[in-house]
Amino acid sequence: MAETLLALRGLTKIFPVGRHESLRAVRSVDLTLKRGESLGIVGESGCGKSTIARMVAQLTEVTDGQILFEGRDVTRLSRSQRRELWRNVQMVFQDPYSVFSPRMTVGDFLTEGLVHFGIASRSQARDMLPELLGRVELPVELAERLPHQLSGGQQQRVVIARALSIQPKLLILDEATSALDVSVQRQILKLLMRLKDEMDLTMLFIGHDLAVVRSVTDRIAVMYAGQLVEELPGEGLREQASHPYTRRLLDSVFSTGDRGRKQIAIEDLSLIDRGRRMEGCPYQPRCAEAQARCANECPRLRTVGDGHGIACFAREK
Amino acid sequence: MEILSIDNYSVSYDGSKSAVDAVSLSVSQGEILSIVGESGSGKSTLLHGVLGLLPRGAFTRGGMVLFGREVTRMDDRERRALCGSSVSMIFQDTGRYMNPIARVGAQYDEFLRIHGMNDRQRRRDLQREMLLKLHLTDPERVLNAYPFELSGGMRQRVGIAMAMSLKPKLLLADEPTSALDVTVQAQVIRQMLELRASTGTAIVMVTHNIGVAAYLSDRIGVMQHGKLVELGQTRDVIEHPCHEYTHGLLDAVVEIDDERLIASHG
Repeated sequence: MAETLLALRGLTKIFPVGRHESLRAVRSVDLTLKRGESLGIVGESGCGKSTIARMVAQLTEVTDGQILFEGRDVTRLSRSQRRELWRNVQMVFQDPYSVFSPRMTVGDFLTEGLVHFGIASRSQARDMLPELLGRVELPVELAERLPHQLSGGQQQRVVIARALSIQPKLLILDEATSALDVSVQRQILKLLMRLKDEMDLTMLFIGHDLAVVRSVTDRIAVMYAGQLVEELPGEGLREQASHPYTRRLLDSVFSTGDRGRKQIAIEDLSLIDRGRRMEGCPYQPRCAEAQARCANECPRLRTVGDGHGIACFAREK
Repeated sequence: MEILSIDNYSVSYDGSKSAVDAVSLSVSQGEILSIVGESGSGKSTLLHGVLGLLPRGAFTRGGMVLFGREVTRMDDRERRALCGSSVSMIFQDTGRYMNPIARVGAQYDEFLRIHGMNDRQRRRDLQREMLLKLHLTDPERVLNAYPFELSGGMRQRVGIAMAMSLKPKLLLADEPTSALDVTVQAQVIRQMLELRASTGTAIVMVTHNIGVAAYLSDRIGVMQHGKLVELGQTRDVIEHPCHEYTHGLLDAVVEIDDERLIASHG
């Protein structure tokens, strides 16, 4: 069994909203990620998946709970300790262009991390450019270009190459392929899978597209309104997923195979944002299987099978 | 009956490469046609051309006949007379086209008034009826809200409700569900199907989501570099694509339990 690289223990984030209100963006989440493993977090906008990623990457402060990286609590770090952590945790975002400095050449951008962390001198780093670009299947000529001269797919490859240049222990990808056209998206997903094998990467892949997340991860965590509602191995997603919300997510995926065959159940959209304000299960207002206790009590994640956990009273025997 | 017929239609800017290149197609009453393609393929430009919404400086060639009349020869008044009552359009994010400092109800009311509905009570009843039809069970709350107080999915439903209010014969939809969460997207798609069933409205939808297009449409058109490279019955296009590009596009779609991707990392 591989050792644990990252463990979240009761991780919570509360954002103040106005003077008297607050928003529980992440509610007491427990998750572990083993070395060499790839974990996906899926959910819809506002479910807290990106907030988790940002807390792990030290971009957002933690309100409560712990983030254990290699067994060490990294929730309250000094500036220099944080910099040390960034050496090991790198993040890739949705919009690659926003990461670049518009007048910095691709080569300078790519080698910045190596120089910054003192891994290589400027000239040594430049010598590594063919290797860095080759790793993401780009020709070395691109090093002299400016970011706007690259296509969106090429930009995202460069961003991935830069994140990997310092050989981080954890790579976080937040909707990293969501803005790309389908053919480019597929190429990037393939590239990530190849790199994961070759470099034995540990990945945290955040996304809203169930099919995409499933395709590159070993395990999937489903979030709803700040809560982890189900966690299961990727290969069990279609058959074993049983939380009412996960089932609805699966039913909402349109595959080219199910033309007109699938029935879409009607939902009252005005109920959706009501769940957050309650004490009980956030999915309760939308849930067809809700019981009386769901309104007052919040279910906790319980193990129901091998690597499979569900937070739902209706699924308790 | 044909309600829209596009014949050898091209759009270019300053005479250089065409954004839309010699596209021909027609849409019949009650039909749902989806145009799919990647970004920059010209699919949105084509849709905007139907209502003459192209930016200044756009140069068009070929024919665009809407309800038997040539769009390029219509003046603004004629075109405006068609908008809303005969043809409606919904966009990716309806909220962006709303006035942020006016209540949703006031904007909805103004829209109906401009289109000649003079009876105040009738306007009020119609708004509630349409919102209920779109499963917004608390229409008062929606109408009294400012756009920012509604979620993206609710705003999009309001946009569709407004667009469908006057029972247009043609609904143009530019990526209507792309900014929505997947469960909300499913709801909006269901609603579009319901509206077609109840009013016989024809829908032309532009989308990059091939799964959605396959689910919703009777026919699918595929665009690449401004050209319509394939057009056919949904079943034929999905199961037996003729053009190489369509093949590639379908191949690239990531499906749940995508064997080819998953196998690569076994």
